[in-house]
This record gives sequence, C-alpha cells and structure tokens, in this order.
Amino acid sequence: MSAEPKPVGMIAALNRALHDAFAADEKVIAFGEDFADREGGGVFGVSNGLSTKFGTRRVRSTPISEQAIIGAAIGASLVGFRPVVEIMLMNFTTVAMDMIVNHAAKLRYMSGGQTHVPITIRTTTGAGFGIGGQHSDMLEAWFAHTAGLKVVVPSNPADAYGLLTSCIFDDDPCIFIEPLGLIRSQGILPEPGYRIALGSAAVARVGSDVTVISYGRQVGDCLAAAESLTTEGIRAEVIDLRTISPLDMHTILSSARKTGRVVIVHEAVRSFGIGAEVSARINEVLFGQLRAPVQRVCGFDCPVPYSKPLETAFLPNKDKIVAAVRATMAT
Amino acid sequence: MGEAKPGNQTLLDIFRKMALLKLHDERFRSLLKSGRVAMPYYSWRGQEAIPAGLSAALRPDDYICTNYRGLHDSLARGVPLRELWAELFGKAAGTCKGKGGPMHITHPKSGVMVTTGIVGSSMPIANGLALASQIAGDGRVTVATFGDGASNIGAFHEALNLASIWKLPVIFLCSNNLYAEHTKFANATAVERIADRAAAYQMPGVRVDGNDPLAVYAAAETAITRACAGDGPTLIEAMTFRFFGHVFGDNDAYMDAGEKSAAMEKDPVPAYRLRLLAQGIATEAQLADIEADIASQIEDAERFALESPFPDPLELATHIYAEQLA
Repeated sequence: MSAEPKPVGMIAALNRALHDAFAADEKVIAFGEDFADREGGGVFGVSNGLSTKFGTRRVRSTPISEQAIIGAAIGASLVGFRPVVEIMLMNFTTVAMDMIVNHAAKLRYMSGGQTHVPITIRTTTGAGFGIGGQHSDMLEAWFAHTAGLKVVVPSNPADAYGLLTSCIFDDDPCIFIEPLGLIRSQGILPEPGYRIALGSAAVARVGSDVTVISYGRQVGDCLAAAESLTTEGIRAEVIDLRTISPLDMHTILSSARKTGRVVIVHEAVRSFGIGAEVSARINEVLFGQLRAPVQRVCGFDCPVPYSKPLETAFLPNKDKIVAAVRATMAT
Repeated sequence: MGEAKPGNQTLLDIFRKMALLKLHDERFRSLLKSGRVAMPYYSWRGQEAIPAGLSAALRPDDYICTNYRGLHDSLARGVPLRELWAELFGKAAGTCKGKGGPMHITHPKSGVMVTTGIVGSSMPIANGLALASQIAGDGRVTVATFGDGASNIGAFHEALNLASIWKLPVIFLCSNNLYAEHTKFANATAVERIADRAAAYQMPGVRVDGNDPLAVYAAAETAITRACAGDGPTLIEAMTFRFFGHVFGDNDAYMDAGEKSAAMEKDPVPAYRLRLLAQGIATEAQLADIEADIASQIEDAERFALESPFPDPLELATHIYAEQLA
C-alpha cells in the first residue's frame, strides 16, 4: 500500500510539468524574464530548478523584450524545437501582439502548411490582488478571436499539469493562462506525462436543472454556488471548459440540451467576450429548446480598478452566480 | 574571412541571380500594367546586387527571414520559379498553396523560412532560428533582411540586443534604399548611418555599397565566419535605391527631382555585366545565353502559373491547425 498522495499547489504542478517535459524531449526549451534559477526561476517560481537541471542552453533568462522573446520562440519552433516562453503577466503580451497574432497564429496557414509554430506562451493574470489596470486583465477573448491559436485555462493543479503538457507537445501555438487567483489552490499531482486533450471540457459537477459554464478561477466560485443552490432544490451542472479555443461544443450542447438553462461565468469583461460566443453558439443550435435566455456573469466593463471595494465589485463571485441562476430558474 | 576573392563560378552565379531578379521584376511589372494580374506589388528593381551577393555567400542550408519587398531574396535563394509564380497568381500549385501570396513566400527547402509583411518582424524570428542552430550546434547562420524604415521600429532594437547578449549566429542585413514608404530616410532616422546603430548593441556594423554585389558578398562572408565562430551577430547596411517607389503605381511625387534618374544611372545590373565583360570573366555570348535561359524559365513559369487551377474553396479550412477542427 503506497501512502496517500500529498496535495500540491498550482506552482508545484506547473513546475513538475516543465521538468517532466524537459526530461521527455530535448527539443523542449524555455525562456522568459527572470526565468533561470539565478534570477529566481520565474516571477512565481514556476521554472524553479529547471536551468540548474537542464542547463542554460535550454533554459534562459531574457531581457524585458516581449517581442524578442516570442520572436525567438517562433523562430526556434519552425525548425523542430518546442519552446515554452513565460510572459510574466498577461497584459505584457500586448507589446508582442504582432509576433503572436501576425506570426505565431498565421505562419502555418500562410505557408500552406510548410511550417508550423509549436510554441507555448505561459502567462499569469487575474484581478483581486490590488495591482490595477495594467497588470490584471484576462485577455483570452483576444487570442481566441485569432484563428490559429489555441487558448487554455486550467482551474486546478492536476489539470494545469495535464493541459500544460498537452500544450508543450501540441503542434500549434498555445496561450496557456495561469490564473493568479489559483496559485494557492491544492490538488493531487497526476502521473508523469499525464495529458488532457486540448478542446475537451470537463463536467465538474453533475446536475439537471441549469448548466453553469466557466473556466479558470471562476470554476471554484461556480462549484460553491452550485453547492449552496442545493438548499433551494436547484441542481446545477458545472462545466469547466479548460480549453477556450478550440471550444468543446459537444459537452456544452449536451448539458444545455439536458437542462435548457445556461449561465456563463468568466472574470474577463462581459462585452464581446467568451460568454457572448458560447451563448451565440448555443442559440444557433438550441434556439427554441431553451427554457430561459442565456445569462452571463462577468467582469464589469471597465479597466480593473485598484481600490479594494471597487476591485471586489468588478469581479464575479459566488453570490452573483447564485443570483443569475435564480433569475434563469425564475424565467 | 572575406579576403578570398570569389571564383569565376561564383561571379557568374551572382550574375545569374542579378539577371533573374531584373528580368523577373520587368516581366511582372509588365503583367501588372497589362491588367492581367492585380496585387500590391513592391518592386525591388535597383536592389538586385544585395540578394545576389548575399545568397552567393550563404550555404544551401542557411536560413533567411525576409520581408514584403523580399521576393528578390526568395528568388536569389532558389525558390522554384513555377511554384513562386503560381503563388503570385494565387494558384493551388503555389509555394504556399495560394494562401500566402507575394508578401508571405515560404520555402523551407530553399531556406526561406518566413516572409513577413510587417515592417521589422523578420528580426526577432531570425533570432529564434539562430537560437535553434546555436543549441543544436548545426553551424547554420540565419539572415534577417529588412529596409531602412525597419531600423526605427522596436523589434529591431529588441532583436539586436538579444542577438548580441546570446551571441546568436545571425546577420541583420538592411537594404537602405533611402525611403521608408514615402518618407526620406534622413527625415525619419536619428542617425546618418544605420550601421552605427550596431555600436549600441556591441556588434560590428558595416556599411557597404549595395550596388556592388561583391561588396555585399564580402561583408556577408565576414559576418558568416564571425557567426560560425560563435562570436555573434553582425549588422550590415547596404546602400541602394528602389527604382519604382514603395508600391506599384507609386508616382514618386515625394522624391526630389532628378533623384531617381540619378540612381537609375547607377543601375547595378548592367554595371556588373560590364564589369564581368571588362575583366574577361565571361564573353558577351555567355552572358546573353544566361539571360536567354532565364527569360525562357520565366516564360515557362508564367505559363504554368496562368494555366494552373485556383485552390478549391474547401482549402479555406485547411492548415489553420495541425488537425482540421470542425
């Protein structure tokens, strides 16, 4: 009898995924700002130990030059490497959008399939930490809006391991978002090499009255809301998308068909967001079969504010999700 | 180290490339004028010596990342004419199956890894190819080509800095044709010589006569030797002029009177031809044979491209991802 596995945190799971990928394939390389051990092993220590173990040819710290970082990843990926780059915070991807959107996303298509860009861009972000308007945005909709990119957001350490491993070994460019609010979340580390197929959502809680769809940090809020709704006799099904693009419409539609009621929850601002796309796709197929309009619980349409009460008001939370579910049940 | 004089075979190879570039551009512009084909076309006429000299110095497996005025780089590297012409016409048989077009020619078999339509973006990606070579120890070099305008964009500075600190085997080759779109180089650039910008990144910066293919060849050879020795990048500024403005149809109103005609008098292609004849490297008949051969290859490529079918509309959904998603 082996001992019960000990829970690990998100950072440890990501760190393990990187170490295992490096050991599995020497074509995996990684770099970013403060990324090597000498500089601290990444802003939150996700790359801790990597440069010491695998050497500074494969694991490097870079200047604060996001275009150069992602450009170097793209170039190396064109000839067989699998670069994993860390962009310290998601807002800093904005200074490298040309490399991501015009190049990483499009080179396979524009070359007629002669080249491809198997890179993973790891980045972290999230509101609620008092770091204001330029360090907190969830920008996944921007990337999901660009054909050629895959966009992945884990909600727990085990999924983080399995999804990051899949991204690293995927032949397309992946944006891997590590929600800042989940850094302290705990989970059991999966077997080495464990992968979760990109484009597959998980049913995080089975229910029959309403489908609550989310991803990343808000999955926890949705599960808490679902639990508290049981006292009102409402059985909510919670779907964790895990991958934003490609979107697992099979799982979404199966659940929505069953419940007839859908609430979509995300931290990113509401307008033109993932919720709008998911809602539209549900309506394209299930219009007339739904029992209520699709509801959205999202970040408020403003820059993320600094002041604590404002920042709290910006974010979705359990109570807002409960209210939205009640509203949809009342329709 | 660039001291070795190129042999006669190399000198003739350079001529062949220059003649190809000139004849290709002339033929294509005549098609545009006739209205048989329409596209934004960025003529390289006048700049032939730079890609010809560069590609004569490169080894077959070296990489290049070029830009929207970089069809001449692809041609000089040997991208097959039929496929290239088919791509220009948007045909299924094109290098990129008609999905890239003239601004995005890609042909890894010829070392043409990226053609970008975004000013300055060849450089950060070239670094990555060079990084791959550095890690693999494969001895390849990568060249990023760009124009004078691109030395004012942030990507240039980020890329040169990273290449220098990592000592990447990369060459930054700037064709300074004195205009960034319609804006004069001198009115948009804080330095008189782009080569001087190399000093900020602690790498050699050399300015050469971009009308002299042998000067470009020698500078490239020196840079290749340096890169292969692990000493890092070089910035080369090749002075040149584009004879037909920024984009086809450009009326040149932004140029000084007489500026273009003066530059055209220094046309590098006939100048190099005369030089080979004067030095007895080749006879008139030999050079004429090369030109006739190229003209017939272009004619063949044009016919092939015109007769080739367009892509099936279903091709819209392929090559977006590794697997076609529903």
